[in-house]
Amino acid sequence: MSPEVALPVIIPFIAGALSLIFYKSHAAQRWIGVIGTGALLLASIVLLYNTYTQGILVMAMGNWPAPFGIVLVSDLLGAIMTVLAAIMGFGVALYSLPTISRDHEAFGYYPLTHLLLAGVCGAFLTGDVFNLYVWVEVLLVASFALLILGGERAQMEGAIKYVALNLLSSILLLVAVGLTYGLTGTLNMADLAVKLPQVEDQGMVTVVGMLYMVSFAIKAGAFPLFFWLPASYHTPPVAVSALFAGLLTKVGVYALFRFFTLLFNQDVDYTHEILLWMAGFSMITGVLGAAYHYEIRRILSFHIVSQIGYMIMGLALFTPLAIVGGVFYIMHHIIVKANLFLVAGAVYFMRGSYELKEIGGLWRTRPWLGLLFLIPALSLAGLPPLSGFFGKYIIIRAGVEAESWGIVAVALVVGLLTLYSMIKIWAEAFWKAQPEEHADRAAAFEKRLNDHSLMLMVIPILSLAAITVFIGLGAQPIYELADAAAEQLLDPSHYIRAVLGEAP
Amino acid sequence: MSTAMGSLILRTAARFLLPLLLLFSVFVLLRGHDEPGGGFIAGLVGAVGFALYMFAFDAARTKTLLVIPPVVMVGVGLFAATASGILPVFVNLPFFTALWWPVELPGFGEVKFSTPLIFDIGVYLVVLGSVMKIVLALAEAEE
Repeated sequence: MSPEVALPVIIPFIAGALSLIFYKSHAAQRWIGVIGTGALLLASIVLLYNTYTQGILVMAMGNWPAPFGIVLVSDLLGAIMTVLAAIMGFGVALYSLPTISRDHEAFGYYPLTHLLLAGVCGAFLTGDVFNLYVWVEVLLVASFALLILGGERAQMEGAIKYVALNLLSSILLLVAVGLTYGLTGTLNMADLAVKLPQVEDQGMVTVVGMLYMVSFAIKAGAFPLFFWLPASYHTPPVAVSALFAGLLTKVGVYALFRFFTLLFNQDVDYTHEILLWMAGFSMITGVLGAAYHYEIRRILSFHIVSQIGYMIMGLALFTPLAIVGGVFYIMHHIIVKANLFLVAGAVYFMRGSYELKEIGGLWRTRPWLGLLFLIPALSLAGLPPLSGFFGKYIIIRAGVEAESWGIVAVALVVGLLTLYSMIKIWAEAFWKAQPEEHADRAAAFEKRLNDHSLMLMVIPILSLAAITVFIGLGAQPIYELADAAAEQLLDPSHYIRAVLGEAP
Repeated sequence: MSTAMGSLILRTAARFLLPLLLLFSVFVLLRGHDEPGGGFIAGLVGAVGFALYMFAFDAARTKTLLVIPPVVMVGVGLFAATASGILPVFVNLPFFTALWWPVELPGFGEVKFSTPLIFDIGVYLVVLGSVMKIVLALAEAEE
């Protein structure tokens, strides 16, 4: 029995409950926000450390043994994802202090954030398919509310697409869960991994697998059903955008990794071929969409779609090296992408707009912010020695080894186009002079910004940039971690034995 | 406003029905472990009582009657439910393992206090709080 497995779920719930109890006091909610996410970060690091040293940790909720009760399972992938979620939660909690307006706080921003984190961590740690569905719903409900916080017109428009497609995805997921139970009589993931290969009607198993794939691909924002993402991510307050960008789609990616290594590995030629095409088209459409747009957050949103392609490519190639690359890429991506949104937010609070055509001159006034932008931006594009380089390098090398030349070519070209988009933001927002017609607004925003709130914004940006550099320069330990995680993923017997005991 | 919303009969009835419904909700809450009932349905029954009172009178009076704001009620409930799951950890059992403390009460016989009971009370408060929050918000928007 390992109580630390449940802590990353319990802590956000307690923090959320406390911030509801102190609903009237915004100061108390802010403190709870920072302390709660800080505790979450500590708990998740302990969890990762214990998982790394002791192997897969399992906790049966309510002491009902698997496969009858619900188990929480922390393997390396789950633990890594939890740590990343906690880093995001803590960074965004700090960043929220100066950037979230009083109105948003009054509408329950903090309790909703905690609920979102609880849902995300729960989804990463559960070992039960239906329980996964429940956690996904928890985080979706919280994200619906966060998305429309403030109730502006653009937010509603984005939210309708977001809600409609995500509900569709949830229905598909629920149908798939029902069919899975009908086929095997169990929903425990380890038990399923044992029983799915024994099902007589293997065609049906593949059908169910495809239902899961479509459902999770929608949630991951992969091609072809990605358009809810760029339609909605640029509308909420930027701290929310950053949290969404870092975490929500990655729940879909995580679920794809979990399901298509542990459960649906019978017909790899068929399922993973589809994943490969999905990956290629996600990369291309995402990066082309980004090249077209001139609103910073929209550019970044389209890049999420394109980057999701790289992660799925790692899964789709399904060689040991490719899975390592996929896991490495997820780690790098969450940190970098959220950081870019945070920088975009800082730009907004200095210039009053996200439109590249209306802003400029930041290099002249704040060169350090330019540098802090370049670290995640160049890392996203994959320049050495930053984290993105190693992520891309491992995946592309895996592609070369698997002799999938088509996807390798796509990945390389998309890398170049990513660089183009990042340079575009750099050249427009930082390098060119502030356009005259919007100079007044920029000056007004500059005036409102005080050092204290600027510092609170910069601390998370700086820390995330430091992590990016660390992943790049110290790639070896991170690689080893990803390698160990991939090893667990590719050999489901570890997972099965940890959950069900030695018997099967 | 209140005269437009409620008739004399409704108001008189609501005064009697509210305590009855609340008593009934507590009854449903407590019998819930082995028989049909439990925190969720009991919370709904309680909310019906308050909603009826609100139809008969108005939102402001219902709020004073609730004493604590519905959102805080949700927070307390969520806290109680989560805490009931944490308690077993202190006796080295996994989260959410049920703990039972049977107590012999004179006149009542054996009464079983347990963590599921705390959990159910938490659920009761969450349901009552969230339904009341919604109903009150709608009523206030209309007023």
